[in-house]
Amino acid sequence: MDSKRAVRTAVFWGVSLSLMSTIIQFENVGLRYGPGAETLSDISFSLVTGGFYFLTGTSGAGKTSLLKLLYLAQRPSRGVLRLFGEDVVMLHRSRLPGFRRRIGVVFQDFRLVPHLSTYDNIALPLRVAGLGEDRIAEPVREMMEWVGLGDRADARPATLSGGEQQRVAIARAVIGRPDILVADEPTGNVDPDMAQRLIGLFEALNRLGTTIVIATHDLPLISTIAHAQMMRLDKGRLIDPTGSLRYPPGHAPAPVEEGRA
Amino acid sequence: MSRVDNPRRAAAAARNRLLPEGRVGGPMPWVIAIMMFLTILAAAAGLGLANGLWTLRGELAGRSTVQLVEADRVVRDALAQRIATRLRALPAVAAVDIVPQSALADQLRPWLGEAADGTDLPVPALIDISVRPEASAQAMAEIRTALNRIAPQTRIEAHAAYLAPVERLMRSLMWLAALLVALMLVATGAVVMLAARGAHAANRATIDILHLMGATDVQVARLFQRRTALDALFGGALGLVTAAGAIMLLGDRLAATGSELTGLVHLPGWAWVILPLIPVGAVLLAMLTARTTVRRALERSL
Ligand SMILES: Nc1ncnc2c1ncn2[C@@H]1O[C@H](COP(=O)(O)OP(=O)(O)OP(=O)(O)O)[C@@H](O)[C@H]1O
Ligand SMILES: [Mg+2]
Repeated sequence: MDSKRAVRTAVFWGVSLSLMSTIIQFENVGLRYGPGAETLSDISFSLVTGGFYFLTGTSGAGKTSLLKLLYLAQRPSRGVLRLFGEDVVMLHRSRLPGFRRRIGVVFQDFRLVPHLSTYDNIALPLRVAGLGEDRIAEPVREMMEWVGLGDRADARPATLSGGEQQRVAIARAVIGRPDILVADEPTGNVDPDMAQRLIGLFEALNRLGTTIVIATHDLPLISTIAHAQMMRLDKGRLIDPTGSLRYPPGHAPAPVEEGRA
Repeated sequence: MSRVDNPRRAAAAARNRLLPEGRVGGPMPWVIAIMMFLTILAAAAGLGLANGLWTLRGELAGRSTVQLVEADRVVRDALAQRIATRLRALPAVAAVDIVPQSALADQLRPWLGEAADGTDLPVPALIDISVRPEASAQAMAEIRTALNRIAPQTRIEAHAAYLAPVERLMRSLMWLAALLVALMLVATGAVVMLAARGAHAANRATIDILHLMGATDVQVARLFQRRTALDALFGGALGLVTAAGAIMLLGDRLAATGSELTGLVHLPGWAWVILPLIPVGAVLLAMLTARTTVRRALERSL
């Protein structure tokens, strides 16, 4: 009896710890595309597993660049970047796919595969992960319904509207239930109702434990997520130089313990 | 839905859809077909020549002709008989045949006309001998000594020596054919490499997306490998069929000449087991080339 209880206690603390653990950590990260000034400078922050984060900033501030570092499309020029507790800067490229499979991405320019149908585009992460077709059809159908594209299964991206393409991109990013979801302006091309619906999708994913990072200009959207935290970029720097996160106005700050798994 | 009726087929179809143009497309299969056609022809020529060389050697090995020049016909015949008897007694000698005078006359008639039948012409006596294949150099020396003792003016000449220039020509042609086959295979590899590079560049955007979703280099390379294998298989099969047709036609024509020398060069049955291995090898080569080319290109990306 006692041992069972001990196990339960241990599991409780283990889960709590993992929930509170740092999943993304930037330490003095800088990014330089070519010669000239750094696009990102001295970026330091930590994001907690299961958190919901917004990244804002004016156009050209470096939001997409920061997200690219996050989804491993770019290596930082300096600094330390840890994902899931591991330094990914020096990581051998053969180990990158394993990390990337745990990260879902909604690209600012969607990046749908042009010759693939809606169905096949959404199924892509599952196929890359090696799932059999029998385990793919059901979730893909469900996801298409969720983003309101149930009747466009066979449509090519070129025949879809901007908003529809965006929804395909979102469906593709979330279908694999990633540990981290990174979305770059995911509601830029849809009407407010659809934007609300898509945010609902992100929230549902967040409740399942996925850490969400969304770059957006849409401040009203940010205020709809009660527990979300916000980072602001300005000319390649995080505005709060201490590296702690700002909270959207009108919401009490949540605790920011930084346990380490 | 039909998609889930047959999961395995659906999975294969899905993989094939990842890169556009799942079927045979572009110039590569046709270029490979031409390469295979030429390669198989060259290989067939090489095999035919090798087979001819082998037959030739087998037929000439151990065969020699003893020439006896003696003006007096009676003495000549008597000496020829004595030589034949003496040689038959040697253990190394398998067979001895005095070439009949009439056969010699037949061979000379085109040059000498009716004079060939004359008895006054100093025609040499010819004695064909075959030495047992296991005969040693010492046995050959013994034959020479025996001949010299009976008639010092005899000359013995190995048949292989007559046809040595032909043999050398055939051997050179054979190596040339082998070289051509090797060069063609290198060129096939180069074609596949260029095609794979082009395909990689053309599908760069799709590959980047696959990569960012966690596709490994092996997964991406496999897509190209499968495509290349299909193209090479098509090209190889087409090349093999057309080359086989050409070879059979050429074989018929060659046989129709009725010449002994050209008749030597014919494709043995076992060659038809070897020739299809060339396109099979080409398919493997193409897959390997495509894979290494694409993987090397991928390694330059993050
Ligand atoms: N691949 C690249 N090569 C060179 N410079 C780049 C590259 N990508 C972005 N930049 C530069 O980096 C800066 C930041 O760009 P980034 O796309 O990160 O901004 P952003 O905050 O996402 O802007 P937006 O809100 O318009 O999407 C810009 O000045 C841009 O010109
Ligand atoms: Mg951007």
